[in-house]
Amino acid sequence: MLQELKPALKMVLLLTIATGLVYPGVITGLCQVFFKNAANGSLIRQNGHVIGSALIGQNFTRPEYFHPRPSAAGNDGYDPTASSGSNLGPTSQKLFDRLKAAADQFRKDNPDFKGPIPADALTASGSGLDPEISVANAQAQAARVAKARGISVDAVDKLVASATEARSLGFLGEPRVNVLGLNLALDQQFSKK
Amino acid sequence: MTTNGILQILAYFLVILLLAKPVGTFMARLFEGKRTFLHGALRPLETLVYKLVGVDETVEQRWTHYTASLLAFSIFSFLFVYALQRLQGLLPLNPQGFNHTNVSPDLAFNTAISFVTNTNWQAYTPESTLSYFVQMTALTVQNFVSAAAGIAVAIAVIRGFARQQVNSLGNFWVDLTRATLYILLPVSIVAALLLCANGVIQNFEPYTVAKTLEGAKQVIAQGPVASQEAIKMLGTNGGGFFNANSAHPFENPTPFTNFIQIILIFFIPAGLTYTFGVMVGDRRQGWAIFAACAVLFFAGVFTCYWAEQKGNPNFAKLGVETHATAGQAGGNMEGKETRFGIAASALFATVTTDASCGAVNGMHDSFTPIGGLVPLFNIQTGEVIFGGVGAGLYGILLYAILAVFIAGLMVGRTPEYIGKKIEQKEVKMAMLALLATAFAILVFAAISSVIPFNSPTKDAKGQAVAQSYWNPPGPATANFNNNGPHGFSEALYAYTSAAGNNGSAFAGINANTPWYNFTLGLAMLIGRFLFLIPLLAAAGSLAKKKRVPATTGTFPTHGPMFVGLLVGTVLLVGALTFFPALALGPIVEHFLMQDGKFFSLLAFPLWS
Repeated sequence: MLQELKPALKMVLLLTIATGLVYPGVITGLCQVFFKNAANGSLIRQNGHVIGSALIGQNFTRPEYFHPRPSAAGNDGYDPTASSGSNLGPTSQKLFDRLKAAADQFRKDNPDFKGPIPADALTASGSGLDPEISVANAQAQAARVAKARGISVDAVDKLVASATEARSLGFLGEPRVNVLGLNLALDQQFSKK
Repeated sequence: MTTNGILQILAYFLVILLLAKPVGTFMARLFEGKRTFLHGALRPLETLVYKLVGVDETVEQRWTHYTASLLAFSIFSFLFVYALQRLQGLLPLNPQGFNHTNVSPDLAFNTAISFVTNTNWQAYTPESTLSYFVQMTALTVQNFVSAAAGIAVAIAVIRGFARQQVNSLGNFWVDLTRATLYILLPVSIVAALLLCANGVIQNFEPYTVAKTLEGAKQVIAQGPVASQEAIKMLGTNGGGFFNANSAHPFENPTPFTNFIQIILIFFIPAGLTYTFGVMVGDRRQGWAIFAACAVLFFAGVFTCYWAEQKGNPNFAKLGVETHATAGQAGGNMEGKETRFGIAASALFATVTTDASCGAVNGMHDSFTPIGGLVPLFNIQTGEVIFGGVGAGLYGILLYAILAVFIAGLMVGRTPEYIGKKIEQKEVKMAMLALLATAFAILVFAAISSVIPFNSPTKDAKGQAVAQSYWNPPGPATANFNNNGPHGFSEALYAYTSAAGNNGSAFAGINANTPWYNFTLGLAMLIGRFLFLIPLLAAAGSLAKKKRVPATTGTFPTHGPMFVGLLVGTVLLVGALTFFPALALGPIVEHFLMQDGKFFSLLAFPLWS
């Protein structure tokens, strides 16, 4: 085995340079040239300041905004330096209590909404940074947002419909609504009350 | 289950089926030393590597020599990864200023073993622990070379069957170089660009500070993600650039990138079944292996999908919609992303554990008991359902040896596989590999369920004054995030994942303590090397044998009968070994969940 040590060391060094420096360097160069916006995090700017990323969820609590899913990332949720799910299992009392509290809150926030609550509205996502909610979740919140902004539910529903992203290639994943995108569109079309 | 969900699964399988032949043919040509369409561009680079390293590509190695090369390579890899982590404070590309205090010696030990063994178990949160430089030069590199080493071993084992009356299995350095240069790098470059075009980030910027619409401060982690993401999936490594892995929108932003990622997982393993057929001179042998994998794949994915879509009956009582409707996915959405929903999450969880990938796009810890049982059992059966790059194929060949051995016992004939007599030595080696992995899983999980480290004591102000070095939170069970059977499942999954070199987790468990870092590291070493060395030994012995011509008495290993026998052997060995442990974890939890029983965490003091 001793005579193998020399080629082994050289091989590790060589492949480290090739796959650890050259490869990511070249990819970074190409991505920065061809896909600059995506490569830098699909950041959204307003008046020159970064207000977030189209891909990273952020918290909303005010009634005039659509609310994202509960988040387990960081202490206050939606912390991109601590992406995480709750990792609570199906027989966890803590999870059950959390869901119950979230269900009560959702009913309180959206008194006009009857019927079963969409599953994504109460459950925490895997990343804790889920930027999206289901279409049914957005529709369930529409009446509240409309009331808070003093506009018609119909107008909000229309906005939700136009913000809905279909399945990739028509069949992959689920249809969904980007919360930050939808709230920005709201602010743009209807002034806050 | 929805029609659209089933369609996603079938479409995925169709892509894998269509890829197997071209990818497999390419790899067979490459490793048989024939020219491929990439040789014009890459052959000069390949010869340059041999020149720089001092390798003579025409010299072949015996199995002992081949293994020694692999071990020497792994040892230096380990030392590099360990040192780079501990020295990160002195190295460039570190905008967040991480240093050695972020990586304790036991964590660096665990992570180094984890990436060298193609496990990619992560006891740390990458975005708050490792610099870009370490992610690239330590982790991305190991994503390439540990995968290349796996392919090399699989090719050596195939040669054991394909060759006769020779002592040699090929040259490790040549196989390693070719796997990296002709397969992993080109596909990774294409995949990384495709991922970035669809939103995966790739930069060296410091973390971005955003002021959200409601005025809060949000720090957005950045980094060279796409380059690592591509090889993370292609090499069935699975170590995320971020803690949330492929659930993170920067790693896996859309259902389309998700589809690319799961295709990358099976890209090489499915191809290798065809490579096997070509190299042993009978393509039907390769398709038989492919068919057995396909049967097990469908059984797993539909069980998992069914369980996750059915969801948790106790949540339905809270007035939650658990049925899929036009506007939402229903089912068990805890730990899953909206864009993936139930079907794409169940598919990902199955594929990542069929193979020894271990990337996750949803949190397995929050799956229903049966939904979580599927990934757990997939790993325990050795990740042979197409399996990890290389590791999957040599794993299923091990089961093939056992299958013909069992069939031979039943009819009282010396078993043969691909014309090679399977004798004492091969069966012994196969059993050694199986037992070593099972031992690492069951024994460590059992010890961690009972081992009593001292609970930390606190002074009047609540400051910790004394704690056990090995496990500061107290007993090893204090690290669980769930109580009851689910807590045991977390420990069982951890050692299963480590010994299976998978790397996924029931991630609630806090495994970043010296006890878990050390024992999980040990389990990874056992799972990698005590599996692969016996297999190489068996291959060495097989290569020496003559191929006996098939007669009317030969048990054919390319028909449905053999496929059934192989599937049966995988399930039977897995079930017999792990059923008692599974009964204490997910199986009993399933019945408790149906009964509406919940568990609170025990009041162990939390470690901070």
